[in-house]
This record gives sequence, C-alpha cells and structure tokens, in this order.
Amino acid sequence: MIRRIQTIAASTWTELIRLKVFYFLVIFALLVIASSFFLAGFSFEAEFQMLKDIALGAMSIFSALLAILAAANLLPKDMEDRTIYTILAKPVARFEYLLGKLIGLMLLLTLAVALMSLVFAVTLLLFTNYKVHLSLAEMAGAPPAEIASAVAAIKAQGYDANLFSGGAIILLKSWLLAAMTLLISTFSTSAIFTTMASFAVYFIGHLQATARDYWLSSADPGWFVKGALAIIALVFPDLQALNLVDDIVAGATIPLVVLAKTLALGFGYIVVYTALAIAAFQTREL
Amino acid sequence: MRRVVTLVLVVSLLLLFGVARLPFERKLDASQRSANLRSATLDLSLREQIGQLSYVAALSGFRSLVAALLWIEAHTAWEQTAWGRMVALFQSVTTLQPRSLIYWDIAAWHMAWNASIAARNNPKEPSEFLRMKAEREYHELGLYFLKRGIANNPESAMLYERLGILLRDKFNDHSAAADAFLKAASLPGAPAYVKRMGAYELAKTPGREREAYELLHKIYLMGESERLPSVITMLGELEEKLNIPPADRLIHEQHESHP
Repeated sequence: MIRRIQTIAASTWTELIRLKVFYFLVIFALLVIASSFFLAGFSFEAEFQMLKDIALGAMSIFSALLAILAAANLLPKDMEDRTIYTILAKPVARFEYLLGKLIGLMLLLTLAVALMSLVFAVTLLLFTNYKVHLSLAEMAGAPPAEIASAVAAIKAQGYDANLFSGGAIILLKSWLLAAMTLLISTFSTSAIFTTMASFAVYFIGHLQATARDYWLSSADPGWFVKGALAIIALVFPDLQALNLVDDIVAGATIPLVVLAKTLALGFGYIVVYTALAIAAFQTREL
Repeated sequence: MRRVVTLVLVVSLLLLFGVARLPFERKLDASQRSANLRSATLDLSLREQIGQLSYVAALSGFRSLVAALLWIEAHTAWEQTAWGRMVALFQSVTTLQPRSLIYWDIAAWHMAWNASIAARNNPKEPSEFLRMKAEREYHELGLYFLKRGIANNPESAMLYERLGILLRDKFNDHSAAADAFLKAASLPGAPAYVKRMGAYELAKTPGREREAYELLHKIYLMGESERLPSVITMLGELEEKLNIPPADRLIHEQHESHP
C-alpha cells in the first residue's frame, strides 16, 4: 500500500514540476531582491521590517495560490487525460490514489516554501552584511564599543529563529488549503468551480473567528443570523488561528505551547479534510 | 442524487468536527491573545481609511504586507510634507501591525519632531498663536502614538525610552520623563544609559531630588564604567543641595582617595 501511494505521489510531483509551477519563484526572488533595493532611504529598522513584511507576505500569497490552484487541477486533469481510469483499473484503492495525489502536492509545497525561505534568508543575510559594511564605513574612528553596539543593533534586525516558525506556519496553512481544495474537488465537476469555492472558503475562513465570537456572544441578532453564524463557525476552518506570521514579522516571540497548539489545530484540519475527501471520493461515480 | 447525499453527509460531518473543535479553538484563541498575538482590530473605521481592497487583503491574512505598502505610501507623503495624510496612514499602519515597534516609534518621531517643526515654521500661517497651537497638536500626536504603542507592547523598553525623550524634550515634563525612563530601565533589553537618563530627569524635578540622589548613588556604586562625568557632577550637586554629611559624600571620598 505504501509503495503504491509513494508511486502516485512521485508521479504527481513530476507532473506538477513539468507544469513549470516554479516560475513563480523567479517572481518571488525578484520581488524580495527588488524590495530590498527599493526600501533604501528608510531607517535601517524600517527597511528590515518592510523587507520581512513583503517577503513573508509574498510567501503566504504564493504558497496559498499554489496550493489552491494545483489541488483544484489534480483530479480534473487526471479525468481529462483519462489517466485516473488506467490507475484505478489496476489494484490501486481510491484512497491510495487520493493520498498519493495529496502527498505529492504537499511535497511540492514543502519544496516551494523551503526555496522561498532560502531566497528570503539569503537576501536578508546579504542585506544585513551590506548594512553592517555601510555602518563600519560611516563609523570609522568611533570608539569600538559604539561600533560593536551599532553592529549588534543591525544584526538583531536580521534573520532570527522566529522567522523559521513563520515559514512552518505558512507551509502548514498551504497543506491545509491543499487538503481543503481536494475535498471540494471530490464533489466538483470542474476545476474552475473548485478554485472559486476554495477561494471563497479561504476568505470566509479568515472571518470564521469573528463569526464564532459573535455567535457565542450575548448579542441577539435574531435566530436566522445566529444560525448562519453558527454554520460559518462550525463548517469553515478558523484560518485566523494560523495567522501568526504578521506577529512573527513584528518581532513577537510565539510561546512554544501556543505554537504547538496552533500546529496541532492545523494538522487536525488536514487529517479530517483528507479523511472526508477519501470518503467522498469512494462513493463518487467516475 | 448520490453526490447530493454524499455532500450532505460531508457537511454534517464537518458540523460535528466543528462542534468537537470549538472548545479547543476558543482556548487557542484565548492563549494566542494572552500572548499578545493577533491583537490587531480590523474594524470598519480601518476599512474607511485603507479602502476596500486593502481591507480585504488585511482580513485575508496579509496584514503585514498591507502595512508595509501603506508605510511606503506614508514615506512618500513625508517627502511631500503632507502631514495630515501621514497621520491617517500612520493610524492605519499601526492598527494593522500593532506589534511592530518601529512603526510606533517612527510615527511618533515624525509627528513630534518633523511635523511639529514644520507647523511652527509654516510660512502660510501668519498667526504665531495658531502656529504654536499646531505645533503643540503634533506633539500631542507623537505622545498619542507612543502611548498607544506602549499599550500594545507593554514590555517594550524602547518605546518607554522614546516616551521619556518626548516628555523631556517637547513637554519639559521632567517628572513624567523620569518615570518613563525608569520604567524602560526595569524592562528586559533596556540599555544601561536609560537608568542614568531617569536619574538626570529626577534631579531636574523639584521635590524628587532625594530619589535622584539615591538612584545616582546606586549607579555610582555599580562600578567605574558608570562613573561618567555627568553622573559625578550631578551627584556632587545633589550632595550639596541635600546637605549630605561630608562623611557620606561619595564625590568627596572620590576626591580624597583619588586626588
């Protein structure tokens, strides 16, 4: 069973790589590098802040787009090419096929986020070194203690371990979006519908916490609104809970317990969405 | 038909999963907020300030990105000396990213130093009274940004230090400045000089000279690296002013032991 899942995952991976999805990395690299030049003129703290804002924001956008667009096309493409019938005619269970597809996509997302993180880390490192070099030139002749303090202040703005947590959360969110999109695509008849529905869930998911709080508050907006809020809160994922990147960029340290609980919630969603996608796919007429 | 049945079943299972995860999500939400995470409040007033598209982007998990873009816009407004527009943009940026210290710090600096001086020297305003009033209002705006920044980041030594500088340089409120510097000194990551700054401000505050003396006394005893000329001078002045007995005077001892 594991071998069959591995084979499907590997072929999904190859298929996605052949679609040249990594071209977006060039755009990402250009965006990050260009922003580091464009921001010259701000104070160095503001430059670092905005470089991180732009890079992690772009990582979130690209990974979400890649997860939704690639997952929305997984099943329709195989149906269109009729490869799904060839695969399922062999002794391959439907759940193995679906798991293989999802794992292949997750691996691709992992590579994408890892490469973006690498581009970001290298740019940040070069930017830090450039700023240190500039400061040393400007402070030539200053007391060594002042120079050391200035260099330490610049380095403190550079890459830190918290940014790694940011990358991990972005990756987890992209996996969640892939699993959710795959679940929608098990009902859908077209990739366009799946994409649109997934983006709708994405937006509603970011408002889910607000709906939940209002539903559970003492306010009484009427049974209809209360019911609608309850459905939103219960059916849609709480994507705001995974929105810690903005705080990480701002320099906030995520307590380990909070990070672990957040990751556990994300994995919980992935497991449930995958299980439901498998259950729905089992009964689907192909 | 079969597809509809499956869909209904899946939605029902999602509802059940929702009920099961609800307590966990609420607890997680509470622990994230108690760790000062996700503290940004994206309300309708922000929607009016930043426009619908940016608001949707901020709601969709791209707060920091929208904040960075608005900050660039604020920088352009600064180059054009459009102070009013800068205030609105700073409000939006700090609302979107309340944990970014640099946004609070620079917003306050622009208001209390750059905008206030520009208002004071505004050639288009002939009335000195109105120019001074405008200057004062920008000082208040600087104070407002720092106070809001501190409310959102109560552990930031840097913001308290900036508050101390603002109160000292723009409001001449030495007592409040001393309190801000001393609060900064009590927080993690505070530079050593902040405590000295607090002591200097205490010394300038009528009625708090004794506190200043005691603090400078402690600083002096911390070692050679803290015995700066300003510390020694101020300590000597306070010893005179407070009539400290000669036997207890540090500066006197210093002169005797190290002539």
